[in-house]
This record gives sequence, structure tokens and C-alpha cells, in this order.
Amino acid sequence: MEKTFNNKAWFLVLPVFFLVAISAIIPLMTVVNYSVQDTFGNNQFFWAGTEWFREVLHSSRFYDALLKNLAFSAIILLIQIPLGISIALTMPKKGIWVPVCLVLMALPLLIPWNVVGTIWQVFGRADIGLLGYTLANLGIDYNYANNAVDAWITIIVMDVWHWTSLVVLLSYAGLVSIPEAYYQAARIDGASRWKVFRYIQLPKMNRVLLIAVLLRFMDSFMVYTEPFVLTGGGPGNSTTFLSIDLVKMAIGQFDLGPAAAMSIIYFLIVLLVSWAFYTVMTNYDADAPEKGVQD
Amino acid sequence: MDLSWMAWTVPTALFFGTIIFLLILMGVWEYAKPGGSPRVGILRFETTRGDRLFLSLLGSAFIHLAWLGLVGPDLWWALGLSLIYAICVFRWV
Repeated sequence: MEKTFNNKAWFLVLPVFFLVAISAIIPLMTVVNYSVQDTFGNNQFFWAGTEWFREVLHSSRFYDALLKNLAFSAIILLIQIPLGISIALTMPKKGIWVPVCLVLMALPLLIPWNVVGTIWQVFGRADIGLLGYTLANLGIDYNYANNAVDAWITIIVMDVWHWTSLVVLLSYAGLVSIPEAYYQAARIDGASRWKVFRYIQLPKMNRVLLIAVLLRFMDSFMVYTEPFVLTGGGPGNSTTFLSIDLVKMAIGQFDLGPAAAMSIIYFLIVLLVSWAFYTVMTNYDADAPEKGVQD
Repeated sequence: MDLSWMAWTVPTALFFGTIIFLLILMGVWEYAKPGGSPRVGILRFETTRGDRLFLSLLGSAFIHLAWLGLVGPDLWWALGLSLIYAICVFRWV
């Protein structure tokens, strides 16, 4: 069947283009404009050139926050992706328990970020929170407001609790789309459970896992609300991620120029890492059939 | 329409004008030679013209940042380096 080419169809893209222009392109252009100027408010700007970029690139505060962000994203991906896949693999494929499991899995995703932060803030307190109280009674010295390690553990566990479901639901969608014939063929060949996972389930989940990794990386790299509500970036600066530092700089100190320069560097890093993930995973997918034949 | 809140300057307008010009140029190129000319280059995966432009722009941004961070504020050398990098990307990637 021949495809019909009709360039008028591009007009249908126009509404999306205008939406993206208003929500992303125009703000981004404004940030670029701010990054090369200084302002004291009242729409008065003074040319600063590349000064803010140099300031950010030479500040230990920026690298410190960037390192924290990278560590946080790496830990989140290392925990949530395998955990999400494991849970999806154990979920029922048919029967009454399917909708029950799906609803239970979707529940954490429905809770707004600030509420999640508040829930865990209360949950971790030794005087009124169940977790904090239990740990205190077990003799474990746990205080996320005083101890940097405790604050990190709490934020990581909180994020895992909030977002692993997304990986589970995406992996599950990939798993249920695998035709039964693949499993039958594997049974005939006497494939082990691991080989079924490695050569059937994992390649078939690749597309959805790509989306899961990208979404989780971008979200975790831009994490703001939960740590802000839970620790406010503390104790000290131990949970001051780039986004928290950025808000402190832009709104707290009203340093719009350095904040804009930092936003652009932050944006470029997100873009680079997302592109790298996307390229690696799409090309892995493109190579997979050839490898399968060779195997 | 008052756009003073966007704080436009001549250099940033030139910067965005160049990007818009490049996008139009890519559109004309695509019209003249449709298909995006996909090929497998030194990165060992398939790239189209659009991918190569994206890589050129992203790489150029990092070249400029690296220059600012490691060398100094004079960005003409970084611009030159970025142009050479972009030519290499379009030629070999």
C-alpha cells in the first residue's frame, strides 16, 4: 500500500508548536538573555557578557551540588530500574489480582511531590512518626534533620517509594505485550528462567525501559520538592541539589544572572545525558535482532 | 507588544537568529534532498542530518563552556574550534 503524503497535515502540529513555544522556548530564550546581563529589578538590565558563566564554572558550590545530583540520579536508577523490573516480573498476568496490583502500584504516583515530602517528614520524626519512633525504640540513632547520611537515606527511600511504581507499570506494559508464542518456543528449547528473561523479556521491554530510564533520570536529576520539604537542603548543605541551590540563588538572593547561567549549564547536562541514554538504548535495540541471530 | 521583560540584547538575538537560520537551512536542505541522508559514521550508529546538527550545537555549547572554565573569557577561539568540530561532525559522524 502506498503512503499518502500531505504536507498540509503539518498544520495540525501548529497548536503543539505554540504550546511548546509558550511553555518552553520563550522561557528558555529569556533565561539565555538573563544569563548575559545583570539586573536590580524593574526591567533594567546591564550587559555582563560571560561573567556569570565563569562565576558558575569556577564555583565549588556548583560542582558540589552537581556531584550530589549525579550521585542521587545514579543511586536512584541503580535501585529503581532493577527493583521495578523485578516487581513487574512477579506481578500476575491475568485474573482478578491484575487490576488490584495495578491500582496499588499506581497509588504512590498519584500523590503530589510536596505531600510526599510532608508524609516522610512526619513519618521519620522520632516523636510522632512511625518510622522514626520505631527506629528510636530499636536503639538506632536516626535523625534526618541532624545527620547527612540519614537525610540521604530518607530522600532515596522516599523517591524509591514514590517512583518505582512508574518503572513497574512501564515494565509490566512491556511484559504483557510479549506474545505467548515466544514463551512456548523457549519452553520447547528448554530455556532456563534466566535465559527467558535475558533473551525474550528484556529485549521486548527495551523500549519501555528506555522511557523509564529517561524519565527517572530527568526527574531525579531535577529533584526539588521532596528534599526541599523534607530537609530544606540540609543538614548543612548535604542535600542541596542543583535545583535547590538554583532557587536559593534566583529567589532567595535575587541573583538572576548567575541563576540563569547555572540553569543553562544544568539544562545542557540534562540534555547531554538524556541524549546519551537515548542513543545507547535505541541502538542497543537496533542491534538486538542481529545479535539474536548470531546467538 | 512589550517584550522588555525578555531582556533582549543584540548578541543573544544574533545567537537565536543563527539557530533559526540553521533550522530553515536544514528545512531547505531536506526539501532539496529528502530523507535526512542517514549513515553510519565514526560513532558506529546511524545519524541523520538533524542528529548531526544537534550534536554540533550541543558539542559547541560544551566547547564554549570548557573554554570559559579552563582558558578564559575570549570566546572567538572557542567559536572557531566549534566550527571545526561541526564540520567534522557533518563530515564523519
